[in-house]
Amino acid sequence: MNKNLTRIPLLLLALSASPWLFAASPDGQTIATQGNGKGATACIACHGQQGQGNADAGYPYLAGLSADYLRNQLTAFSSGSRKNAVMQPIAGSLSKQDIAAVAEYFSGLPNDRLKGSAATPSDVSGKGAVLARNGKWAAGVPACFRCHGADGRGVAPHFPPVVGQPEAYIRNQLVAWQTGARSNDPLGLMQSVVKSLSRDEIDAVARYLAAQSEK
Amino acid sequence: MWNRFLTMSCLGTLCLSPGATLLAADVPHATAVTAPISVAPYQPPADDSMPDDEFGKLVRLGKRIFTDTGKYAGKYVGNDLSCANCHLDAGRLANSAPLWAAWVKYPAWRGKNKMVNTMEQRIQGCFRYSMNGTPPPADSDELKAIMSYSFWLASGAPTNTDLPGRGYPALDKPAEPPDFERGRKVYTRNCALCHGADGQGTKAEGKIVFPPLWGNDSFNWGAGMHRINTAASFIRANMPLGKGGSLSLQDAWDVAYFMNSHERPQDPRFAGDVKATDKAFHQHQCRYGDKVGGKILGMK
Ligand code: HEC
Ligand code: HEC
Ligand code: HEC
Ligand code: HEC
Repeated sequence: MNKNLTRIPLLLLALSASPWLFAASPDGQTIATQGNGKGATACIACHGQQGQGNADAGYPYLAGLSADYLRNQLTAFSSGSRKNAVMQPIAGSLSKQDIAAVAEYFSGLPNDRLKGSAATPSDVSGKGAVLARNGKWAAGVPACFRCHGADGRGVAPHFPPVVGQPEAYIRNQLVAWQTGARSNDPLGLMQSVVKSLSRDEIDAVARYLAAQSEK
Repeated sequence: MWNRFLTMSCLGTLCLSPGATLLAADVPHATAVTAPISVAPYQPPADDSMPDDEFGKLVRLGKRIFTDTGKYAGKYVGNDLSCANCHLDAGRLANSAPLWAAWVKYPAWRGKNKMVNTMEQRIQGCFRYSMNGTPPPADSDELKAIMSYSFWLASGAPTNTDLPGRGYPALDKPAEPPDFERGRKVYTRNCALCHGADGQGTKAEGKIVFPPLWGNDSFNWGAGMHRINTAASFIRANMPLGKGGSLSLQDAWDVAYFMNSHERPQDPRFAGDVKATDKAFHQHQCRYGDKVGGKILGMK
């Protein structure tokens, strides 16, 4: 038998594993770095080369978040239960499989902000610190860290980290729950939390949380 | 033991008949409250007003023990809970059995052990049952610290007064007797997110974030929370966390019944025999000694 002939199917097999040729199984990294070719642009342009976010522009980090959480958010953007002018069209261009793949990809990236001990808080008696650590029980609001973990680094899979996200991003999310622009939270937990927060308190807690972890 | 008759006889009423001393919990409630939760007029002092002296040091230690009991009083604790898991906001929150309301009511007679209990003994009781542990001696630093913290929280409160917000607000009977299957559905919908599909709680980085509701690491069969009425009251007022008062009356009873129809650590008063222990200590609304899923609860 001619040895050269047997090589051809092997070569085909190798090629078929590549997402470049066969769109059937989307590759998370490809979507993240190049988009999906169907309208979703490269995620890393905004969310950073390593999914580390962009504090100046207010783009959140995605690295190390639970894949479940990321999938839920992308699904919510595309269904409109989470509204955002930038992310809705992008998420709407991703297939269910794309969403699963890209969520898995970002979830697997390392994120220094979620490791080691959090930076020592500089101001533990300010309004933001008190909300984060003790809550506002007079209005029925538990401490942010009661749900988001002792250092605010999240409790997978349902409770995302809140420390070290851009201040503007955190503020926008809290306001979005107040206005109803974000309404996909499980049991409406965040909608309850923000109900009684004043604009001042939102600013203070966003500033505090954003400052709680090193870049 | 779950006495069906007790429930049936209470349908739609306030359960104030003698047979219904099921609310023989430790806090007497003259009326049952359904509407959650009026703000208690008494306000404990703010944390940053703790004094800066030797006494203040003990107050601070007391708060630390209360909120992270395993870490600061580990040798007296036999499960994954902290005091503040059931006494929310570090023992400050009205309708969550706050410490300031307790402080002004002891010494007091308790039906549970049929004697007058000092505040120390009441705290020791929660170590033995709710924390499934060994009570710290009255002169230990740990107990002195919790006493100091409670005393300080009650600064200015009138002694020997039933302050509004004490204990958990008693609930009216539900329209239907509590039901396991309905309770399971309430649990899956409203509780499993945090307390886990199997009541085991949730950890992050090896530390408990959401405490276990049943199983080896939760409160034992002697704890107040194993009573369905007490659990229903706590849950209605305080759970899901941050959404207290949102469950219907029926849902609160059903989910309390479901939660407390699971195995947990043995009653420390266990006399070698579930039946005898049931008879001696469980003549109230609970599932100890009942058969659930083919197994008698309390056999572990
Ligand atoms: C043009 C900039 C831009 C691009 C490109 C972009 N994003 Fe976003 N993304 C944002 C902004 C802005 C937000 C914050 C939206 C809000 O405030 O609700 C966001 C939020 C998100 C969130 C929510 C994060 C959280 O913590 O809840 C996810 C998930 C996400 N993006 C995934 C993606 C993925 C996957 C891609 C690539 C397919 C992508 N993004 C591309 C700007 C961008
Ligand atoms: C009762 C539990 C609970 C408490 C208390 C709580 N959160 Fe949340 N939080 C959640 C849940 C659940 C989510 C995820 C929502 C989702 O999946 O859409 C969330 C999400 C968030 C997010 C979005 C993170 C992201 O990546 O987009 C921010 C910001 C946030 N919380 C801030 C806070 C702040 C600030 C506080 C305190 C004032 C707080 N939370 C208290 C449960 C809680
Ligand atoms: C599993 C839940 C749970 C835990 C954990 C717990 N307790 Fe309790 N505690 C209760 C219940 C239930 C009551 C009775 C309240 C009622 O009947 O309304 C109670 C009552 C009390 C009282 C008396 C309140 C009053 O007004 O008479 C004190 C004091 C107390 N606990 C202290 C503690 C301390 C200290 C700890 C930690 C060592 C602790 N508890 C842990 C559930 C708990
Ligand atoms: C958002 C998360 C969350 C949800 C949802 C939630 N809990 Fe809790 N639960 C907590 C936390 C956190 C504590 C401890 C409170 C503290 O330490 O501040 C707690 C404490 C408890 C306790 C007392 C401590 C123990 O382990 O026994 C009981 C009982 C309880 N919850 C029952 C329920 C029930 C029943 C539901 C559903 C109706 C529910 N919880 C829903 C977070 C939650």
